[in-house]
Amino acid sequence: MRRAMISFVSLTVAASAVAIVAVATGLSPSATAAPPLTVGFIYVGPKTDYGYNQAHAQGAAAVAKMPGVKIREEEMVPETVAVQKTMESMISLDGATLIFPTSFGYFDPHILKEAQKNKSVTFLHCGGLYVPGKHPENVGSYFGYIDEAEYVAGIVAALTSKTGKLGFIGAKPIPQVLRNINSYTLGARSVNPKVTTTVIFTGDWSMPVKEAEAANSLIDQGVDVLTAHVDSPKVIVELAERRGAFVTGYHANQAALAPKGYLTGAEWNWAKVYTDYIKDIQTGKTYPHLLRGGLKEGFVSVSPYGKAVSAATKKKADDAKAKFMAGTMVIYKGPLKDNTGAVVIADGVERRQTDVELEKMDYLVEGVVGKTH
Amino acid sequence: MGIGVSVDGGDGPEVTTPAAGSPPVVLAGDSPSPAASQLPTTATSGRRKVPISDPSAPAGGPGIVRRTLAGMSVPMSAFVTALALFGVFILMTGHNPFAVYYQMYRGSFGTWFSFQNTLLRAAPLMLTALATALPLRLGLVGLGGEGAMVMGGLAAAAASMAAHNHGPTGIKVAMLVAGALMGGLWIAFAGALRAYRGVNETISTLLLNYIAIALLNHIVEGPLRDPASLNKPSTPPIGDENMLGNLPGLDVHWGLAFGLVACAITWFLMNRTTFGFAARMVGGNVRAALLNGLPVGRLIVITTFIGGLCAGLAGGIEVAAIHGTANASLVTGYGYTGVLVAFIARGNPLAVIPVALILGGIGASGGLLQRLFDLPDATVNVLQGILFISILFSETFYGRGFGFLRRNRRPPATAAADKPAVVVI
Repeated sequence: MRRAMISFVSLTVAASAVAIVAVATGLSPSATAAPPLTVGFIYVGPKTDYGYNQAHAQGAAAVAKMPGVKIREEEMVPETVAVQKTMESMISLDGATLIFPTSFGYFDPHILKEAQKNKSVTFLHCGGLYVPGKHPENVGSYFGYIDEAEYVAGIVAALTSKTGKLGFIGAKPIPQVLRNINSYTLGARSVNPKVTTTVIFTGDWSMPVKEAEAANSLIDQGVDVLTAHVDSPKVIVELAERRGAFVTGYHANQAALAPKGYLTGAEWNWAKVYTDYIKDIQTGKTYPHLLRGGLKEGFVSVSPYGKAVSAATKKKADDAKAKFMAGTMVIYKGPLKDNTGAVVIADGVERRQTDVELEKMDYLVEGVVGKTH
Repeated sequence: MGIGVSVDGGDGPEVTTPAAGSPPVVLAGDSPSPAASQLPTTATSGRRKVPISDPSAPAGGPGIVRRTLAGMSVPMSAFVTALALFGVFILMTGHNPFAVYYQMYRGSFGTWFSFQNTLLRAAPLMLTALATALPLRLGLVGLGGEGAMVMGGLAAAAASMAAHNHGPTGIKVAMLVAGALMGGLWIAFAGALRAYRGVNETISTLLLNYIAIALLNHIVEGPLRDPASLNKPSTPPIGDENMLGNLPGLDVHWGLAFGLVACAITWFLMNRTTFGFAARMVGGNVRAALLNGLPVGRLIVITTFIGGLCAGLAGGIEVAAIHGTANASLVTGYGYTGVLVAFIARGNPLAVIPVALILGGIGASGGLLQRLFDLPDATVNVLQGILFISILFSETFYGRGFGFLRRNRRPPATAAADKPAVVVI
């Protein structure tokens, strides 16, 4: 009886002894001098998700290389009071004076609350719509017109597809996702009006099993080019490659996951946005509170074309890209019908990217097979 | 039949289990397989006395100090062992374990800011843990805290819309009451399925979590969606003036007070009332409880209802104190961490408080480990896992080595027959 207890105690002692040896031989904690500017980055998922969070982490890596800047990163921070505490902890324990909380759901109420509490700290948020007067002065919001890159990817997809059926796996039917689906389809149908895009919504941002099921079901229906708007398209890209389908990427470059089938993709270029912001702040300039940009501004980019993309296709896609770079391309112009036949943009009306009407999008354009709810 | 009940004054009543070799008693409406398969494997040799009373519950008299020390020594050793094993893990990642321990201490209890951070994280865990801890007293293993919390949050948001012209106090009360009731009904539903239809409560509560999340998404993206919530579908905001504030002098919302009070009340209920005694008797030996005429079905439904009430209240507080609206951010995982808390606390509502503080502290320190040591987020999950296994493993040391430590066994409750509600105690 007593022996059992003794062995338990000795186990404890032995384990502690191992830990003590660890100190004797282990590394000493690193201590470095405080840099002039500490920047905090907060991610909602893992930094290496081949998707939304990785795109932001790549931006953070570019910031880390800047002189006079030190970064602190924290991943897997949920959109609860936990993110408020992470921001406060970065401010009080790390001395951060600029924070990039990168998930959309961090904005209201978490960033707004912390910005009220910490007037000397700047909070720059991805995706939010800054309203002067309503939101605190030390807050800014930035986002990119990634649907421009989706439009170009749609052209490549339509010209590479043999069946004329494209597949799009979306998380939720919210404006940002609908806009990507519509721009992708409009790009595809600008070069082949017979092409259709079949949409499946998984219901949430990170549902790997449902994403795989959706990808399989689309391929079974004859779709031969897949794309997605979920937090991490990794599963979809890998599955398409395994089943011999083509794929266009999203958020970050996923070419490494599908060396044969990866055609191109719509990528964020947060490095440009973040380094610009920090240069402004380091030189004491006022930073823009509401920042938007597309291909022309360098906020988004199109992945390098894959092996399966023909020279003629590349030419068509490059032509469209050149129009975006020149600022002459308008994706949303009348007459435009949704997929129930109703006119959503009247003849003669042009909605440029900055038009806030587009940020309220609640329809799928003609050529999309699917429903918004 | 080998069933006997004896009630004496000392350590509380002692209920004997069936004698070896006697066939399992099959009750009307009983589902034999789970009951038979979950019976403790060591309870088959001879007549064995099993105390219902929890060793950590003070029993009064001169033995109380010795009992408390003994009750603490095993979990404390397990805690130290877990930390040491975690140290080995940290060593393998190329860091100094003591530097990590120090930063964990600094990030959880070391500064006033950190301590408040810990309190804030512990508050919902206390409430969600009770959704598992109370049914555990009846021998039921429920995992439904997450679903009850989500449904509670949704109900609170809906209540804020329904009560919009009753003033801030009316809205706050409506939100918390609606949240708690919704959570209570949600878990009580699983309890009733268990009590009257013999449905396994572990599976049903787990599946109800998925249903709750699907319902939340459907309702906030459909019927209750605020049209202004474009890219993050949510219910209409409840308004700053209608939100629960912070406790006086603290940067921690009122949820902490609710959590502490709920733990205290439920401890009193389970350990100091005839209701709690009857419930623990069901957990100790359901057949004995039935033979004594205890209304087992009703006890199960009421206890699961109270547990759900607490988890639902946690959801209501998340909406009323933090989010100000119901949306997908309500799915936090607090419900599952609550299961961990309840098991480590061994179902004792008062023990839930320190355990919630420890797990809240581990969560609070996680960010610092990532930022200072570049350790992955999963590091704190590793510690939680080691802690959980270590403490569960340490339970095998109760009753060994120390003669005064008694093992606390609770065979699972089975489906109840409709017996007259006579409590003969």
